[in-house]
Amino acid sequence: MEALIAIILGTLTACGVYLILRARTFPVVLGLTFLSYAVNLFLLIMGRLTVGKPPIILEGITDYADPLPQALVLTAIVIGFAMTAFVIVLALKAYVRLGNDHVDGTHKL
Amino acid sequence: MINHLVIAPVLLPLLAGVSLLLLRGRGLKTQRVLSLVSVIMQIGLAAALLSAVNGGEILAYAVGNWQAPFGIVLVADRLSVWMLIITALLSLCVLSYAVCGGDNTGKHFHVLFQLQLLGLNGAFLTGDLFNLFVFFEILLLASYSLLLHGGGRQRTKAGFHFVVINLVGSTLFLFAVGILYGILGTLNMADLAVKVAQTTPEDVFLVSTAGFLLFGVFALKAALLPLYTWLPAAYAHTSAPVAALFAIMTKVGAYSILRIYTLIFGEQAGPEANLIEAWLLPMALMTLFVGMLGVLASTHLRQQVAYLVVASIGSLFIALGLNTEAGIAAGVYYLPHSTFASAGFFILADIIAKRRGAEGDKFEIGTKISYQRLLGALFFTMAVLMVGLPPLSGFIGKFLILNAAISHPSLPLIMGVVLVSSFMGLVAIARSGSLIFYRALPAPEKPPLTEAEMKADRKLLVIELLPVISLLMLCIVLVVCAGSVMEFAHATAAQLLQPAAYIDAVFNDGVTR
Repeated sequence: MEALIAIILGTLTACGVYLILRARTFPVVLGLTFLSYAVNLFLLIMGRLTVGKPPIILEGITDYADPLPQALVLTAIVIGFAMTAFVIVLALKAYVRLGNDHVDGTHKL
Repeated sequence: MINHLVIAPVLLPLLAGVSLLLLRGRGLKTQRVLSLVSVIMQIGLAAALLSAVNGGEILAYAVGNWQAPFGIVLVADRLSVWMLIITALLSLCVLSYAVCGGDNTGKHFHVLFQLQLLGLNGAFLTGDLFNLFVFFEILLLASYSLLLHGGGRQRTKAGFHFVVINLVGSTLFLFAVGILYGILGTLNMADLAVKVAQTTPEDVFLVSTAGFLLFGVFALKAALLPLYTWLPAAYAHTSAPVAALFAIMTKVGAYSILRIYTLIFGEQAGPEANLIEAWLLPMALMTLFVGMLGVLASTHLRQQVAYLVVASIGSLFIALGLNTEAGIAAGVYYLPHSTFASAGFFILADIIAKRRGAEGDKFEIGTKISYQRLLGALFFTMAVLMVGLPPLSGFIGKFLILNAAISHPSLPLIMGVVLVSSFMGLVAIARSGSLIFYRALPAPEKPPLTEAEMKADRKLLVIELLPVISLLMLCIVLVVCAGSVMEFAHATAAQLLQPAAYIDAVFNDGVTR
């Protein structure tokens, strides 16, 4: 399970980094989303992978699922969502204003 | 009761921002008044906090009374309160320039301004690493919108770069937070400081990685070489009040580095002690030098001021990079000087550019501007201030930095870079100043202004220059009161290098000496 998650994380991050380095705004936005998926997953599993464990203290139980990363990742998702919405609007605005979707605003063939 | 004061600088701009949003139909005048009142009250709050922490007390505030390390704490010590005061004074000056017309080019300027202050004050006060991330995002989101305020081609382009690079920075921040939580099981900064020292040998590598990731993020915010490239374009193309407010934005990075790498990865951090010491000073020296090269190569006045900001960040980090009490104290003194001086210079550059007409702030021979002597004299004073010539605070700041470096092994290098780059800055500013003020063509024949028009023009100039002069006065206060400011700076540095008191205050949730 750990290996699978690690591979997913690596793939997401690699795709994100690759797409951010592209010259068009749309791939860059996609790359940012991939990176934020990767980091959200990363934060979540930092509470360790557990199945069927209670997150709150109960009598007679020693193994727990860590509830804190779930709270952290919820905050991170909300912030990431807002940022993605903002950057999409900005990319559209840049496209309208600069007449092309190059990140530097200059279209060279 | 005194402890509730700690959260007030966060709540006040939040309430002001939300009320401004609700009052958006009431016209610009109401908004301006409310915004100014909020900023003036923040100065009062910061002053009250200063008198509360001046004796060395550290105030910890457990939000919702959830005790550390489980809840979020806000902590006010000397450094936090010093940053709060700088922010509040700067924002009053900037806001009084913005109400001259800069806030009128788009919607919600004042709402965004207050939310930006919320993010800044929160980042300076928080004692929790994840909370620091959240406040960073608040101040960044407000700054994105402020940066783009008013629109325009160049601004949109520079804005896109600024947003994307900061989003990548935020992602790295979260990775670092994740690693630290995964290994150490806490995000409370005081608790981290305790836990980091007890890292087991097999985890040292991971914790150091997280430490370096955080350093990368803060260096990006502070615009240290090689992560400074977003700054000149963003600062040169945004509106002047925003550029002036952003003078504090790079200092958030500086504050975070100072806080995290004295508290968590400082002397007491066991295997990760003084994690970034080997990196900070070389990066700072290069930032100063490359920043000054940028100052020499600039083609526009505002671009030149933006590069001066990069160079002053270099100077600031040389002081912090010495990692001694004297060095940090010099940094604490240099920080407000650099903030006020660069904000004042941005505003002055905008006033000059507006009066030059078609040439704007481009370094081209233009027509003679009205009130040339007055503006020229102010430009000269600002140049003296920024480059660090006596008798203004820039000189004292540089002197303190060099004085702190006396016993450092690489003193010749530090001395050389600081002095050579100061000279480069002097040459560059002298060149741009003489181009704007001396080599100007006589103004084209225009019908002479009527008495009323001249009066209106003079009145506008006085109102516009008021913030510049106030910022200059603040720098002069730094010179006149240098003795007591340095006393405070030394006490701040001493407090930072003894993190035990901070940790004690957080865990015992009370006033500690």
